Amino acid sequence: MSKKYIIELSNVWKTYTIGKVDVHALRGLTLNVKRGEFLAVMGPSGSGKSTAMNMIGSLDIPTKGVIKLDGQDISKLHESDLAQIRGQKIGFIFQKFNLLPTFTAKENIMLPMTFQKMSQEEKLKRAENLLSLVGLGDRMNHLPSELSGGQQQRVAIARALANNPEVVLADEPTGNLDTKTGNIVMQYLKKLHKTQGKTIVLVTHDSDIAREAQRIERLRDGALVNTKRGNKK
Amino acid sequence: MADTGIIEEERRKKAQNNVIFPFFGGGVMFTDYLKIAVNNIRKRKLRSWLTMIGIFIGIAAVVAMISLGQGMRNSITEQFEAFGIDKITIMAGGGFFGIGGSAELTTEDLDVIKKSRGVAEVTGFLTSTARVEFGGESKFTFISGVPTGPDERELMLEVLTVDMADGKFLGSGDTSHAVIGYLVGKGEFFEKPVKVGDKIVIAEKELKVIGIIDKIGNPNDDTGIIIDLELAREIYDEPDRLDAIMAQVTKGTSPSSVAENIEKDLRKHRDVEIGEEDFNVLTTEQLLESFNTVLNIVTGILIGIASISLLVGGVGIMNTMYTSVLERTSEIGVMKAIGARNSDILKIFLTESAIMGIIGGAIGVVIGVMMAKTVELAAIAANYDLLKVEFTASVILGSLFFSTVVGTLSGFLPARQASSIKPVDALRYE
Repeated sequence: MSKKYIIELSNVWKTYTIGKVDVHALRGLTLNVKRGEFLAVMGPSGSGKSTAMNMIGSLDIPTKGVIKLDGQDISKLHESDLAQIRGQKIGFIFQKFNLLPTFTAKENIMLPMTFQKMSQEEKLKRAENLLSLVGLGDRMNHLPSELSGGQQQRVAIARALANNPEVVLADEPTGNLDTKTGNIVMQYLKKLHKTQGKTIVLVTHDSDIAREAQRIERLRDGALVNTKRGNKK
Repeated sequence: MADTGIIEEERRKKAQNNVIFPFFGGGVMFTDYLKIAVNNIRKRKLRSWLTMIGIFIGIAAVVAMISLGQGMRNSITEQFEAFGIDKITIMAGGGFFGIGGSAELTTEDLDVIKKSRGVAEVTGFLTSTARVEFGGESKFTFISGVPTGPDERELMLEVLTVDMADGKFLGSGDTSHAVIGYLVGKGEFFEKPVKVGDKIVIAEKELKVIGIIDKIGNPNDDTGIIIDLELAREIYDEPDRLDAIMAQVTKGTSPSSVAENIEKDLRKHRDVEIGEEDFNVLTTEQLLESFNTVLNIVTGILIGIASISLLVGGVGIMNTMYTSVLERTSEIGVMKAIGARNSDILKIFLTESAIMGIIGGAIGVVIGVMMAKTVELAAIAANYDLLKVEFTASVILGSLFFSTVVGTLSGFLPARQASSIKPVDALRYE
């Protein structure tokens, strides 16, 4: 078990069978992410970056290969164990924000803590702190429909941090935002990396956004192409 | 990190506290599921109300039927208790209450019964319809001839279990007077009320009204007229016929054994074999049992019909929940991504369907109570006072429990489907 790497993908394959045809979304992907690293994964549509993200986020299991999260092999775990891991170790940020529409900003942030059986008091305290952290202390009781896209994504960032995960996975977090708002969201992610030392894996097709990361990996046809350094040290 | 320490400590505490709602994994979690479920129901208000209609119609019907049935049972039991458990009723015919039989009871049978072992007193009466005239009006009603002789009058009064609203009952050998039912005295039979002292004409015989019987609660009885048996025989030209014979058992004797004696003696007298009797001998207990059996069958059938509505209501909940699962597939994916286990999703959806069941049930109980009360008021307005409703806690709580079970069971399959969706597929769902 390597303490250096929080995420380790070794020869990971993901094959979907559509009719009688096998489609390989990942073809022996090997990728390691250091603890506290800010990694951007780039690639064109169909390159397998979302599949890779699902594997790292324990949303799916590989057809072949090994995935380790914080040293634990998660490639063959049962769904309930994976759910537990997701809830405790991973925070997701989605392109479409994916906030629950009937819940207020505060309640959306409290939900991941609910699944970890945290007390109401503690949930409230943490949700309020996190909302203040993303500059939405005055929008706690607003429904997602009452917030702008940028504000919704900031709520989603706060939700991703709810259970204080080690890894934050952001799948095209600026994809549904204009450039200015996208930059604000990126500033929050960078701050998160810098001040809290979170490991961040960012999936994007936007090279400007990717350059904010420490390292950029490119995927093509389900495997890595080459490695580049981002702007950040 | 200090933060992680706090979270771990919280998790540990919660795990220890999971005793209040073990199924939901702790009290805190239950309220959370409840909140999520209520949020979802509120978001789809119209659909949720429409879904619940099925449940509350079913529950309302069940509550109304049971309450009316129970009320009726109580009234009948009360009447039989007033009649006395030491009485035996003998009626002609092999069917229930003589219906369907052509045989008749006669005064000879009465004499046989009088001699049966364990019988203290015997009386019998004759009832038929006849034309009654009053104040220029002429109407048909039931006229009962009851014995007013010194031996039988007392037992007859006991058997009739009537109270007088005005005046007095027929005296010994009173063939020139009549006692009228409550509604006749109230002016709801003839246009004008018949009062004590008024004269009525039955089959060309003028009789003076000397008493008005208090309300019984059954229009047949309350519009009836009671006259002396001998007079009735003359009017109907029935010298021997009796429609019912009532016997009182001697003190300390078991009514059922006396009933057996009567049956045996009557069989012999009427020359019939066991199992081929053309008469019925029933103790008060048996009479009550017969009434209750009929009432149970009728109530059972009605509840069965109401249950079909509940079943349809359950299917409605299932349909709504399936639609909800489809609509919220992406939400399910998000919840799973942020740590919800399959069991959490299952419980959220089950809670939602159970809430629809319980709210539907609660509204159903209220409507059922209102329906039963309306029927009772309508019955009273139509002079059927016997139809009284009784609401018991067991019926109300039982209905609520049942509707919750229906809601939960109906939601089970959709909830299981929701919980088994793979997170990655759910997130991809548009």
